[in-house]
Amino acid sequence: MAETTQTPYTLKVENLRVSYQAERGKVKAVRDVSFTLQTGETLAFIGESGCGKTTLGLSLIRLLPTTAAIEQGKIIYHHNGEDIDIVNLNEKQLRRFRWREFAMIFQGAQNAFNPVLRIWDQFWETARAHGETNKRRLRERVEETFRLVQLDPDRVLRAYPHQLSGGMRQRVLIALGLLLKPPLVLLDEPTTALDILTQRSVIDVLRDLKGQMSFSLILISHDLSLAAELADRVATMYAGTLVEIATVWDAYYHPLHPYTAGLIRAVPTLSGERQDLVSIPGSPPDLISPPSGCPFHPRCPYATDECRQKTPPLIEAENNHLVACWHWDEVAADGGARMKEQVEA
Amino acid sequence: MSTQEQQELLSLHHVVMEFKVSRRATVRVLDDVSFSVKEGEILCLVGESGCGKTTTGKIAAGLLQPTRGEVRFRGQNVWTADKATFRQYRRGVQIIHQDPYASLNPTQRVEDILSAPLLRHKIARNRREAHQQVLDLLRTVDLTPPEDFIKKYPHQLSGGQRQRVSIARALTLHPQFLVADEAVSMLDVSIRVSLLQLLERLRDQMGVAYLFITHDLAVAKYFAWEGRIAVMYLGRIVEIGPTPQIINNPQHPYTRALLSALPEADPKATRSKQRVHLRSLDVPSLLNVPRGCSFHPRCPLFEEGLCDGKVPELHAASNGVQVACHLNEKVTA
Repeated sequence: MAETTQTPYTLKVENLRVSYQAERGKVKAVRDVSFTLQTGETLAFIGESGCGKTTLGLSLIRLLPTTAAIEQGKIIYHHNGEDIDIVNLNEKQLRRFRWREFAMIFQGAQNAFNPVLRIWDQFWETARAHGETNKRRLRERVEETFRLVQLDPDRVLRAYPHQLSGGMRQRVLIALGLLLKPPLVLLDEPTTALDILTQRSVIDVLRDLKGQMSFSLILISHDLSLAAELADRVATMYAGTLVEIATVWDAYYHPLHPYTAGLIRAVPTLSGERQDLVSIPGSPPDLISPPSGCPFHPRCPYATDECRQKTPPLIEAENNHLVACWHWDEVAADGGARMKEQVEA
Repeated sequence: MSTQEQQELLSLHHVVMEFKVSRRATVRVLDDVSFSVKEGEILCLVGESGCGKTTTGKIAAGLLQPTRGEVRFRGQNVWTADKATFRQYRRGVQIIHQDPYASLNPTQRVEDILSAPLLRHKIARNRREAHQQVLDLLRTVDLTPPEDFIKKYPHQLSGGQRQRVSIARALTLHPQFLVADEAVSMLDVSIRVSLLQLLERLRDQMGVAYLFITHDLAVAKYFAWEGRIAVMYLGRIVEIGPTPQIINNPQHPYTRALLSALPEADPKATRSKQRVHLRSLDVPSLLNVPRGCSFHPRCPLFEEGLCDGKVPELHAASNGVQVACHLNEKVTA
């Protein structure tokens, strides 16, 4: 850990390793991931499908499927001057911990609700499971939260999930997640499968909520534009490892890892002229037997023998800018231009 | 593409598509949709889910017969033409689907998937010839060396490789027109670009024209920069014109709303964008389309008596753009 944090933190993850047991062998989905989530910040995890970002999210809140296991590492949750290692919590402690301290809002709002219960009953059931006994108190709290996500409580609470539009369901889900004002929230692909205008309303709601409720937010998304919109810092994942963490400005305008540089140049933008885009050759590696050394080396134009043999550690290359690459200085010098040349060659 | 006179390849004329939803009710999914695509041209259809993009694509590819209106291929109405013409049309227009996991038969090897149409349409006379052509097709879509792929089943391929097989299959009959329905939407960003570049190369080398359907305006801008974009809303085309015009100078309030709402992978640009605020977030149901301009209940420029009266027709605005908006008509008139 090269990161030096004087600022208060909400979550500190150290050397986390998560694997799935598959028939062919062990899938190393998260490999030695360490990071710190500062209190009040939004940290976005970006990366392509299969890079381990959802597995990382599930392990933070200990909702991994039974085929997966946390093999090593610590997940320290820090609140009110107390440190709790989430890895060591038992089921009973976890039940108290989730939602009240740490809420997760899943992707796919249509599958998150029980289709035969009205929205109010979903709230009541969830709250009761967490020890709420007073319906009126809950109702007041729900109405307050609904105002924040711009929903009409009278109409929505009486509805069944199928009677709401996708955007409304997503906002109901956000309201449900935030009902107990948890200090830590995890959002997994919150706007995937939503239409553009609906997506905009959800993004705006999230930004307003952040301003008003001041929770710390982990955002998991393959959508680089969502991270550009909401994140304070961006963490890039590749093949189960964390390859770069930087402020949103550095990540987009001054990336130090070739993969981040390639990803950002692969996404078309709307403003201005049509720009040339970069495609990263090859495909992500098999996580059962990941490549030796740096996992990105088979696709990387900067790769040398060193990269094939030794895994680069995540180091603080520049101020508050962590990268795991042997050649980050070359990437910094040419702005990741070699990612582009490779395609043209 | 060259600027020489290009022939009209495929066109839709006042197409209406209705589906029965119950014994009494029908839902009109497309209403008065017209456009034409020239040889080697790219037309992008954009819009949100349920606006009729996919239905339009299926009608263009001949997979659906419109309730009313005409589909013409090289000037001939395909649904009244003789069998031979219809067959020519069906060979000339192929479709690439969105989901490469669902559109390839999981029990067939790549060779079987690609050689079936070659043999069926007698493009290859025998298995050996088909084998050679399959190798060529795989090379065309950059699955090299082709010998590595020919014996594989779809599940042994990555998403991007599968989509390349889908494209190769669409190319088996040497089409002049490809309908690509969200063909890159399911792929990861690092792979998406190479697929778009492949489609572009097919246009440059073989003169293939595209109806490219996407919900992603940034992808539309990238792919159709030299072509045109048509924006659909509730079954109608509300704006159509050259891509740079639509992206940089949109005329229809709906197009403006879409462009202003879209987050971009550029923190400065996306956080400083001017937003168009809609009067309502709810998309009306196709079973109950608003009177007049169907966008009027949400439109920030709504004028009572004008917008909720007549349905606005597409009319020529500036720079080759056509817009269906009463207010725009008033300004340009």
